[in-house]
Amino acid sequence: MNVSPDAAPLGAAREHASSAIGGGGAADADVALLTDGAYRLSRTAVAMSLLVLTLVGLISATSGAAGLPVGGVLASLIDSIPLIEIESSLSTRQESVLFQIRLPRMALGMLVGGSLGMAGAAYQGVFRNPLADPYFLGVSAGAGFGAVLALGFGLDIGWGPIDAVPAAAFVGAILAVTASATIARGPGSSPSTLLLGGVAMAALFSAAQTYALQRLDETRAREVLSWLFGQLNTSGWDGIYLLGPYVVICGGVLFAHRRHLDVLRVGDDEARALGLDPARSRMIVIVAASLLTAAAVSVSGLIAFVGLVVPHIVRLIISHSYRVIVPLSAIAGGAFLAFVDVGARTVVAPSELPVGVITAFVGGPFFAFLLWRGNGAKA
Amino acid sequence: MATSAAAPVLQCRGVAKSFGGVDVLAGIDLDVVAGEWLGVIGPNGAGKSTLLRSIVGLIDHEGTVALADGRPPAATDLALVPQTPELPQGMSVAEYVLLGRTAHLSWLARESRADRKIAAAVLQRLDLVRFADRAVDSLSGGEAQRVVIARALAQEAPILLLDEPTSALDVGYQADVLELVDQLRRSDGLTVIAAMHDLTTAARFVDRVALLHRGRLEIVGPASEVMVADRLSTIYGTPLTVRRIDGELVVLSAPRKSRPIHDAGGSS
Repeated sequence: MNVSPDAAPLGAAREHASSAIGGGGAADADVALLTDGAYRLSRTAVAMSLLVLTLVGLISATSGAAGLPVGGVLASLIDSIPLIEIESSLSTRQESVLFQIRLPRMALGMLVGGSLGMAGAAYQGVFRNPLADPYFLGVSAGAGFGAVLALGFGLDIGWGPIDAVPAAAFVGAILAVTASATIARGPGSSPSTLLLGGVAMAALFSAAQTYALQRLDETRAREVLSWLFGQLNTSGWDGIYLLGPYVVICGGVLFAHRRHLDVLRVGDDEARALGLDPARSRMIVIVAASLLTAAAVSVSGLIAFVGLVVPHIVRLIISHSYRVIVPLSAIAGGAFLAFVDVGARTVVAPSELPVGVITAFVGGPFFAFLLWRGNGAKA
Repeated sequence: MATSAAAPVLQCRGVAKSFGGVDVLAGIDLDVVAGEWLGVIGPNGAGKSTLLRSIVGLIDHEGTVALADGRPPAATDLALVPQTPELPQGMSVAEYVLLGRTAHLSWLARESRADRKIAAAVLQRLDLVRFADRAVDSLSGGEAQRVVIARALAQEAPILLLDEPTSALDVGYQADVLELVDQLRRSDGLTVIAAMHDLTTAARFVDRVALLHRGRLEIVGPASEVMVADRLSTIYGTPLTVRRIDGELVVLSAPRKSRPIHDAGGSS
């Protein structure tokens, strides 16, 4: 069947053909391309978010029961860099507050917040659901249950360098996310099924937690419970040493797979037709995000909404691309939680609020707003 | 014009698929010739989409789908233009077209400058330059379809599969999109396999048609041989006539023998 070659509307396209695809033999690395901006994480956005993170760090280091002067804190920090000597106005006692209490706590807040932000972004990507979050998928509750068993009952499934608490938390987290994902693939599923499945899992694991707590003696139960509420109380740098390796490894894996999350946005069938194995990508990302969540939960308890709110704000302000959302959620999550933690330890000073309470105060209304706006079903 | 003597670029042998005991595809043997446009037609539920999805490898099936060298096709061999493409919120046209490079990237690689260049060239070629930064979910149906074709071109696969590419478009855009595909086929030497629901349109564009009926390949050949009124009427379960207007085949509903009185004066 012959088609008349003078198809009017496409004549222009045809002219471009020879120049665009045929040409380009010369080295033209500095010629701007139409696609140069695609998926780019702008330096400005990274610089701004790092600036915010630094400011939050300073606020966190200087506020609290014993007020530390900003200048002194900066001087002490610079002095602590090897080979640099600088006089600080801080007393020895103030320095020990800074290095043994403030900084570890600030760093822990940043690591936990960054982990939850990044894990939330990853879950939103693989489940193609902007309301997915470690807390809503039941992952946190699963991890919490595992951690309660390890902390309260001495369940020890640690292996090699991996401590018992994160190991148990990871098993709980994987169980919960697998169950939620299975429910979401059932015959009667819709986009909201994943979240409702997560609600079911969260309820189940919370009940299991409560039951486990009931079986403990009162002192032990109180300890475990206060941990469970979500807090960044840390004595020294232990929590950071525990969480750090997970952040580096799992965060690295998630960062490396951020391109896959953008491909997955077109759905599994199209992703496969484009040459990606969606099941394999999803599996890797879920394992990394769940391990990261489990590690965060095992040092800080259950802190809700960070994984929901942070990637959402990045998406609203900066970009829909996961190549931007994943790294920026790590930085912004760190800044957010460290900042909220300043509130947790100053609002009712000299006593403290669990930081999870404050994230819920901020996140609950935000979540409600998202539901009201009807952003829930779209990927 | 393709002949059966030419070497097949793609061979289906005994491709079969059943869902819940119902045979959606039953032993399809089909050779696709290099550079041809093969239209796949048939009533709803005949298995057009299932055949295409089997060829792309989106569903497990019995039988084999193989390229000329015997390999099963990969995403670098076949590019799919889906029936209802997913257009992610806020993703720019440039980003969307760049997704076409996925098959050429190793697991953890990012697009190289060469990949970005290929995508940019496709944007220029399909006259999408002014859309490059627009969000794909803000485009009209016709624009979006062009962008999806651009993504498939960026995939640089020699075989292009289209699953009812124009079912959501109005007449004008339908013609545009199909003309575009035909031009690309000729300029790039692509082989096109397209499921098409509109028989007249299919007859205009394709070299050969494969008529599917209840999961079986009824007949494959030039439109003039396949599109016979009796055969189409039986398979589509409604009286159809085939006319030749200005040299082109046109498939129409047959005039109704007894029409209601109040409709008697209307045109057919």
